[in-house]
Amino acid sequence: MASALKKVTKLSLIFHKCSKDLTAIRRGIGDIWVNGSCIDPSIGLSEEQIQIQQLATDFAKNELFPNMAQWDQQEIFPKDVLKKAGQLGFGAAYCREDCGGTGLSRLDSSLIFEALSQGCTSTTAFISIHNMCAWMIDEFANDDLRQKWIPQLAGMEKLASYCLTEPDNGSDAANIKTSAKLHGDHYKLNGTKVFISGGGDTDVYVVMCRTGEAGPKGITCMLVEKESPGLAFGQKEKKLGWNSQPTRSVIFEDCQVPVSNVVGNLGDGFKIAMRGLNGGRINVGSCSLGAAQNSLQLTRDYLKVRKQFGKTLDNFQYLQFKLAEMATKLVVSRNIIRTAAISLDNNWPNKVPLCSMAKFFATEECSKVCNDALQLHGGYGYLKDYAIEQYLRDTRVHQILEGTNEVMRMLISRDILTDEERKYV
Amino acid sequence: MSALRVLVGCKRVIDYAVKIRVKPDKTGVVTDGVKHSMNPFDEIAIEEAVRLKEKKIASEVIAVSCGPQQCQETLRTALAMGADRAIHVDIDSKDYETLQPIHVSKFLAKLAQDEKADIVIVGKQAIDDDCNQTGQMTAALLDWPQATFASKVEKNNGDLTVIREIDGGLETIKVKLPAILTADLRLNEPRYATLPNIMKAKKKPMAKKTPSDLGVDVASRQEIVSVEDPPVREAGQKVESVEELVTKLKDSGLV
Repeated sequence: MASALKKVTKLSLIFHKCSKDLTAIRRGIGDIWVNGSCIDPSIGLSEEQIQIQQLATDFAKNELFPNMAQWDQQEIFPKDVLKKAGQLGFGAAYCREDCGGTGLSRLDSSLIFEALSQGCTSTTAFISIHNMCAWMIDEFANDDLRQKWIPQLAGMEKLASYCLTEPDNGSDAANIKTSAKLHGDHYKLNGTKVFISGGGDTDVYVVMCRTGEAGPKGITCMLVEKESPGLAFGQKEKKLGWNSQPTRSVIFEDCQVPVSNVVGNLGDGFKIAMRGLNGGRINVGSCSLGAAQNSLQLTRDYLKVRKQFGKTLDNFQYLQFKLAEMATKLVVSRNIIRTAAISLDNNWPNKVPLCSMAKFFATEECSKVCNDALQLHGGYGYLKDYAIEQYLRDTRVHQILEGTNEVMRMLISRDILTDEERKYV
Repeated sequence: MSALRVLVGCKRVIDYAVKIRVKPDKTGVVTDGVKHSMNPFDEIAIEEAVRLKEKKIASEVIAVSCGPQQCQETLRTALAMGADRAIHVDIDSKDYETLQPIHVSKFLAKLAQDEKADIVIVGKQAIDDDCNQTGQMTAALLDWPQATFASKVEKNNGDLTVIREIDGGLETIKVKLPAILTADLRLNEPRYATLPNIMKAKKKPMAKKTPSDLGVDVASRQEIVSVEDPPVREAGQKVESVEELVTKLKDSGLV
């Protein structure tokens, strides 16, 4: 074992020695050669959308990408940069404007998450979850709650977390057990939520809990503020990726929540949770797009400078074909994500299976693109000096959360197989 | 003195990151399908104008761009950064190929008078033709004082105190208004346009003028004979010793 370790260290030293010459090619994000190419993310967009995309790309390049490795390796949750993102309007992108939301469409918002995630996929994924929570409050909460929370969430001065999954209920979310019992003017919550992005570091928790009967109709959505008596957090989880955002369990022990913090009607919680997730699925899929885009761009540059057998790698047909496959996976993923976003914007009846398809396809294919990018980088791709391995680690979880890709397949096949009227929340 | 009106020139140029290619017929450089953006020095000019407005020194910021239809995209960027309205001087693409700083200066001078501007700010130069002429010629046409290569601008009573970047140091000058400023690199760091401002920019007014509206003859005074790539650098030679180097230099008559 020890000698094997030594070998690895020696190997990485050799890599380091040559890597100096190659560092010059680590550019990526917004590279000019992409403009007008078949992987140009601005193909078919309006002038205003291109401006929005350019803003997010500039932000990714200047504020996120230079820090992405450090945030990952030191597990830093960059609240100051999140605030900067909030000042530009990234905190409540698709909330209404009257309370400080930006009022963008889902398609425009998807462009933002896609562009930002090139700079740091993990941080952008947190921004996207925060946006999903803000939208759920904006869409379903009464005006008092909206006026209290949306302005602060829009500026990202306050941050939000989404609490659905429990230790025993992940995909089977309709049967969650966290209970809320009415005591006069407040509820007392008991139970545990797990895998909560931002848990312990965020200010408000959008919690699904049981106020009534078993099954989906007994679930209610509530806002739980961080200072609430009876609210506690588990240890910070150690994760494969997504290290720039903390993940903890959120524990309720007779946690007091005022009745005025109920979002929507009693029993609407499951519907609200699922409606939020439709958008969440597009958002997280968009985050995979950005990671794949920059992995591909970095790989293209690498192939052009790395020489083996006396010629640069871009001369080898196998690698040319690989690059073509990666580009095609990326563009097809992008197209289905944007179609799904349009389906939400226009409330198409088949939006649920379309969002499911988009999430499942884009997160799986884009992970493959990142993985292929790593392979084409050879040994260098395995090093943390290069961004590729982080894109691969950060996108892996996209296949699991916001509904596993297995649940996505379930929703798609249910839509195809049903002979009844299609019912979606 | 009441708050000032500021006119800012915003040129649409090939993006700084683009690798420039010469057209095969050597009449110019390839612009079709090439990414364009606002001249970076003009971005600094807009930023300065918007800051003057935020400090309540200026009351209105008007962005101007002279060129084909796509210049409106550049103007939308200026509006998103905080300009109040825009004027697009529409030049057809054939005339645009030979448009010179003298023409743009005439447009700016006329617009400065029509719009009753107190300050005209332009970038010190455009990164495509590197002319560094427009600001100076606009000042000459209007017979206004000019403060070029500005790296700091302050208002004192009725005058502007401007720090200029000159060879080997900084020069502080005072100019009376109305005046022309040209922005140097260190004047400020332009902001990101926020999403709400990008959306508001759509609704801000954009006027369109033609050269004849402004009484400017855009007939070309120059003919482009040939546009060529810079010569490719030739390979060097390695020498073994100082003696060999000296001998080679002597042989080729360089020392």
